[in-house]
Amino acid sequence: MYPGAFAYHRAASYSEAISQLSELGDDAKFLAGGQSLIPLLKLRLSMPRHLVDLNFIPETSYIRSNGALRIGAMTRHSQIAASPDAARMPILRDCAAGIADPQVRHMGTIGGSIAEADPTGDWAPVLLATGATVKTLGLNGERSIDIADFILDAYQSALQPAELVTEIEVPHPPTRSGGAYIALKRCAPVYASASVAVQVTLHDDYSCRDARVYLGVLGLTATRVPAAEEALQGQQLNAEILGKVRAAVMDTAQPTSDMRGSADYKRQAAGRLATLAVEAAFQRARGDDVEVTHLYA
Amino acid sequence: MPDAIPRVRVSVKVNGKQYARDIEPRTLLVQFLREELNLTGTHIGCDTSYCGACTVMLNGQTVKSCTVFAFQADGGAVLTVEGLAKDRELHPVQQAFSDCHGFQCGYCTPGFLMSTLQLLEEHPHPTEWDIRKGIAGNTCRCTGYQNIFKAIRTAAAGGENIGH
Repeated sequence: MYPGAFAYHRAASYSEAISQLSELGDDAKFLAGGQSLIPLLKLRLSMPRHLVDLNFIPETSYIRSNGALRIGAMTRHSQIAASPDAARMPILRDCAAGIADPQVRHMGTIGGSIAEADPTGDWAPVLLATGATVKTLGLNGERSIDIADFILDAYQSALQPAELVTEIEVPHPPTRSGGAYIALKRCAPVYASASVAVQVTLHDDYSCRDARVYLGVLGLTATRVPAAEEALQGQQLNAEILGKVRAAVMDTAQPTSDMRGSADYKRQAAGRLATLAVEAAFQRARGDDVEVTHLYA
Repeated sequence: MPDAIPRVRVSVKVNGKQYARDIEPRTLLVQFLREELNLTGTHIGCDTSYCGACTVMLNGQTVKSCTVFAFQADGGAVLTVEGLAKDRELHPVQQAFSDCHGFQCGYCTPGFLMSTLQLLEEHPHPTEWDIRKGIAGNTCRCTGYQNIFKAIRTAAAGGENIGH
C-alpha cells in the first residue's frame, strides 16, 4: 500500500522543524518513529501534503538521570527497555519492554506515542502513575505540562499547532517506592485489551504511604481509580485489601465491547491485572527484584 | 500531484553495498528494497505492521520495513535475507531453519531469520520465554511454530542438537 503523496522536509533542529511546520500550515505533520502514523498514512486515514521528519535531529534520543529521569522525545521504546537508568523505575521498563514487538520498539518513540494520545497507548497510564511532566517547544517557546493536563481526550493532547514534545521528565520517587505496569493482550503486535499501572510509596513498616492506580485502554483516556488508592492508603498488603482494590477497579472501569473483548471480560481482566500490579509494586517498593510481564490471551 | 513533488535522495548501504536513488518521499523501505534495488527476498505479508514478513535490520536493529519510510534509512545500513549467506554457504541461522524444517510455505521465513539473528545477538543462550518474546513480531500461518522454536534452539546451540 502506498500512502498518499507528500513532500518531504528534513529538520536539523526542533526549532527548524517548528518553523517548517508553521509555514506549511494545516496540511503538514511531524514524523517521529512513524509506528502509528505510517499505518494511518498507508490506509489514507490521514493524507498530509507535507511531512517534517524529526528522525535526523541530533541530541533528541537520550535517557539521563539529572534531578529527575529525563527521556528525550525521540528515544525509542527499546532504548528505554535497555536503559540501566530507566530500570531503577521498573514500571518504565515494564511499559517499554512490553510495547508491541521488537521491531516496533526499535522505531517507535515515547514522544510520538504520547503526542498521539491514542487511548490504547501504553505510556499514558504509566506516566500518570509516576507523575511525569511533558516538556514541549513551540512558536511561543518552551512549556512544562503535567501529564495529567497534557492528555485531554482520545487523540487529543495539549500541543498547539507546530508545537512538539522535546522531553519527558519523570521525578525520582522517594525511597521505598515501586511500581508495575501489566497489560492483557491477544498477541504481541496488537493493542492491549486492558492494562493497569500502579505506583506506591511505603512507610518504614511497609504500610502504604501513597498509591496511584490508573487503568489504560478502557476509556477515552487513562482512568484514575481513587477508590483503589484509598483502599491501599495506610494499609499493609493482604488478601482483603487486594480484594478491595480489585472491586474498586471493576467498579470504576467503563469498558466497551469490541474485537479486543467484551466489556465484562475487560472488567474482569482489569481487576485481575490490578491485583497483580499492586502485589508487584509493593514487592518492588520493599526492594525485591520482581520481574513482571504482560499476559497474553 | 506526485509529479509536482520533489524526489528525495536516499543513500543507504544494503548488505554491504552502497546505493543511492532519487525516490518519491512516500516510498516505504520494503518497496525501495524490492522495486528499486530488486532485492525481493524481503516479503510483504500483511502490509499493516502486524506479520513481520518484511522484517529487515536497519542499523543493526530489526524493523518492519513496510512501516518505515525509505528516507528514514538514509545514511544507514540495511541487512536483508540476501545478505546472510556468504560464498554460497548458508548462514548458521539459515542452516538451522533448513535442517529443522523451520518453515512450510516459506513466505514468512526471511522475516523469522532476521528476528532470530537479533534474538541470538541479544540472547546467545535464549530461554523459551526469550525465544517467544524475540519472535513475537513475526507470524507464521503454516507451522504452528514448533519447528521454528527447534530451529532457533538449534542455531543457539551452534548447529548441534538438530532434531526433526
